Order: sequence, then structure tokens, then C-alpha cells
Amino acid sequence: MTKINENEFDRLAELSKLEFSANEKAELMADLNKTIAFCEKLNEVNTEGVKPLIYMTPNTNSVREDNVGGMISKEEALKNAPAKDSDFFRVTKVIKPKS
Amino acid sequence: MISESNSLTEIRTKIFSGQTSCETLAREYLQKIKDHQDLNAFLEVFEEETLLRAKEIDSKIQSGKAGKLAGLFIGIKDNICYKGHKVTAASKILQNFESVYHSTVVDKLLAEDAIIIGRLNCDEFAMGASNENSAFGAVKNFADTSRVSGGSSGGPAVAVQAGMCHASLGSDTGGSIRQPASFCGLWGFKPSYGVVSRYGLIAYASSFDQIGPLTKSADDMALLMEIISGKDDYDATMLEECPDCFLEQGESGKKLSFAVFNECIQSEGIAPEVKECTLAVIETLKKQGHTVNYIDFPLINYLVPTYYALSTAEASSNLSRFNGLLYGYRSPNSNDLDSMFKKTRSEGFGKEVKRRIMLGTYMLTSEKVDAFYTKALKVRRLIKEFTDNVFEQNNFILTPTTSTPAFKIGEKSKDPLSMYLADIFTVHANLAGIPAISIPISKTKEGLPFGMQLMAAQGQDPELIKTAASFFQSCKQN
Repeated sequence: MTKINENEFDRLAELSKLEFSANEKAELMADLNKTIAFCEKLNEVNTEGVKPLIYMTPNTNSVREDNVGGMISKEEALKNAPAKDSDFFRVTKVIKPKS
Repeated sequence: MISESNSLTEIRTKIFSGQTSCETLAREYLQKIKDHQDLNAFLEVFEEETLLRAKEIDSKIQSGKAGKLAGLFIGIKDNICYKGHKVTAASKILQNFESVYHSTVVDKLLAEDAIIIGRLNCDEFAMGASNENSAFGAVKNFADTSRVSGGSSGGPAVAVQAGMCHASLGSDTGGSIRQPASFCGLWGFKPSYGVVSRYGLIAYASSFDQIGPLTKSADDMALLMEIISGKDDYDATMLEECPDCFLEQGESGKKLSFAVFNECIQSEGIAPEVKECTLAVIETLKKQGHTVNYIDFPLINYLVPTYYALSTAEASSNLSRFNGLLYGYRSPNSNDLDSMFKKTRSEGFGKEVKRRIMLGTYMLTSEKVDAFYTKALKVRRLIKEFTDNVFEQNNFILTPTTSTPAFKIGEKSKDPLSMYLADIFTVHANLAGIPAISIPISKTKEGLPFGMQLMAAQGQDPELIKTAASFFQSCKQN
């Protein structure tokens, strides 16, 4: 029972920003196909006229006073950065030179 | 040793009467942690800090200024933020990440003078039912080290089971507190959705996740819930009428009504000793004059599919933040942003996490979102409505926590579906947003513990713990 083929798998990997070796891919594709088939069991349940359940508590809007607070300092925000300078997170060059 | 006591009240009495001190206790626990390193329950022990804080709390006790949790040594699952300490979700992708703020639960523990002794191993990003998915190795069950601890809160369970701390905090998305509690002979509680703040808990599936305690006694459970529950400005999904009084005495001797699902007793997957025990418990309840109603749960086989369709979708969205940009691991093998994202995530996440991200991404693709994600949200409503209906007629639902005691390490790790089915009795509470407790009811002949689960209506958390406590007492007497 194939639910996703190789093309679809590659698209999911692209959307997930993940890469897989050929071996990983074969194994994961088999797992995904099994699990998707398992989740397809849900089609047996009649949900006509049933609204999706979005909120897990009776209250859907929870508001509080709009006070300033709960902030961290710039140093703290940068503390765990893999690359940074004194003020910014650093990444590899995004603007490529004209070739 | 005083640290072996089951109740914090007892420990506190001994500290306050001068028979022992926090410092002595600290040394006992730290020694136990060293003795049981092979169990792999701790990812980090805050050794020096624990000793310093123990002295500090001792002097607070002397001057009469100690909080309600003075004398408590507690471990926290490695997905709960503690400012100035590492938190990794047992993942390589957060290996060197340090919290820059306290989670609300840590704030509350510290305010009452609890001592946080270390951070505890778990399945990576809390995804698993055996603690075999940790980037830092499996946790072994202290009752039989060839067996799993359960998961995902395996470290929190084994740390308490082996006496390396008195209690712990775990998180429960589909059974991650109750299942390891069952496998390790502990009390494990998943509060109603919205009773304990999720602020500072690394998110897995936000509409399911709750933090809760693992303890050696029901009294400790009630005390810890009293401290960590209650409304929080930093979590907008909390219950409007959030129960936060767990220590008031309820009326005892009330006749109650328990629902039992026929499918739970008839299922072939249930170990004979678990089934026998369930039936014995039911007899005890009846003898005491409680009512037991057997009912059919036609949706029972859809619980796990609904859970995986929704929790993986939420996970794929929640875990998109781990990309090497602002914090955590960044792959050195990339030359542009896109390859940085891909290499970072592919090298940083473990197998099960990737599996769930891929599955969740599938559930949310524009072609499949109606067939899977929205469909599962509708089934979730049906599950919740059915459950609400059960509680119109009954005070509690009784099920085994797990269908078997702890399985062998490696036994299920090759087959994700059989591992997912280990959650069959526990996911119900997360899907319906209700509280559920695992009671350390019994052991098999081989000495492997297993639990019995009680569930109650949303917001009935204090009543649930009280009933579980007296229920446990009466089952022990019979």
C-alpha cells in the first residue's frame, strides 16, 4: 500500500528542510506509508456536521493587562547564537556577488 | 536512610526536628546518583549548586523562613527551562543551549525552596514511549535494567524510582508521565489541559502538552500540584477556572461511580496479570459500595490515529524554529541559508523526531490537510463529546495505565507502529484535555511494576488525586 512515492517524499523533505541518505529514505518511506495507512482509519468515522475541535478549554480568548514586561536583554538574546557580533546574529552571506 | 522515605512530610518533620539537614540529604542523593550512573537517568547533576542551596535552605529553616517545599530535592525533565542552566530536550540540536529565563513551574518550585538537583534524560523532544530516542542514550528501568524505563519522561521516573531525588517533573503529551510512572512503580499525574502553565516548556504538541509530577506518594502529588498549578499571564491557554487548591480535605466515604470500557478488559493485548489486577480492583470498588458501569467505547481504536495525525502536525510546526539561525546547533557544512537549515536540522535531529516532522508535514500539506488534519480535529471533538458524556453519568473512568509492564530495551524500537500503540490507554486524556493519574497498584510475579489509571472530567484535578489516594489505600488493604 503506497501512500507516498519518491517524488512526494522529496517534496515533504524539502518542506521540512530535511535531507536523507538513500538508506534513510527507503526506511522512512516505508514507515511513513505504514503510519499514513494507520491514520487513514479515521475515514471510517462519520464526522458529517462535526466541527473541528480547536480549543482545549471553554475559554477561547484570554486577555491580560497590556503591561510592559517579560523581556530579556540583548546580551541574553544573543547568548545562544551560533554566530554573532556585539549587536546581531550572523549568518553566511545571503547576497551573492554578480557573476 | 531518610532520603528513602516515601513522603515529603516525613522528611520535613525530620529536618525541622533536627534529626537531619538538607545538607545531609543532599549528600545522600548525590551519592545515589553516583552509584546509579549506569541507569542514565541524569543528563546533568547540579552538584555544587545543590550543596550550596542545601546550606542556604538549612539556614532558612533555622530562622523559620523556609517555604513549603524546603527539604524537597527534585529533578526536572530536560525540556523544562531553568535560567542559567542547559536545557537540551535530549537533542543534539540544543546540546549547548542555556535557558535565559525560568519556566513558570521552576519559578514556583524555587519560590517554595525546593532544590533542583539536576536535569533528567528523556526521549528527544519528548517523542517516544521508551526513552530509547534520547540523543544521550536510553534510560534503564531500576526494577530490571534489561527493560525500558518508559517514556518519554524516563529519566524523571527512574531518578525517583532509584532514590536519586525525591520527586520529579515530567511532561505528558500522550502518556509521557503516566506510562513511565507505571513502568517504574510511581505516581504520575497529567493535569487537565490548562491547569499547569506551559511557559518555559519546550513545545512538542501544544494542544496536548502538560507538565506534571512523578512522586512516591499521593500526598506529595497533591502538594506539588498545589505549588505548580494556577493561572499564569505567560500562558494564554489556561483554564479560566483553574483548580489550584489540592490540599483541602474532601468529604470521604462518598459513593462514587466508575466507568470501565469493555474494550479495555477484553483486549487481547493486555497482559494477564494486568487484566487480573484490573478485575480485582473492580471487585474491591464494588465491595465498598461504589458503582462500576461497563460501557462500550466505539472510538477506542481511533484514539492513537487521531493522536498521531494531530501531534505530528503540531510538532512539525513547533520544531520549525530549530534551524541554526538564532540558537542551538548550526551545521558547519553549509554554504548558504537553505543548506544551513537543511544540514543543521538533518544533523541535529534524531531519527524519530525527523519521522514525526515528515509525518506532520504530510498531514498539513494543502492536498492532505482536510483528509487528515481537519478530519482528526473532528474526530477529536467526537472523542471529547463522548468523554464528557461518560462524566455526566460517572465520576471517574478506570483503565490500566499500560497494557503490559515495561518491555525489553530494543523490543519495539524497530517497529514505530507497535511503539505508538503503547500509548493506547493514555492518549485519551490528552485528546480530551482531562486529568489522568497513574496509581502504582501492583507488580508482576517477576517484580515488574504496573499502574492503574483514573481519569476525571476537565478541572476535577484535586478530586481525582484525592480519590486516587483513598482508592490506593483500600486496594492495598484488600
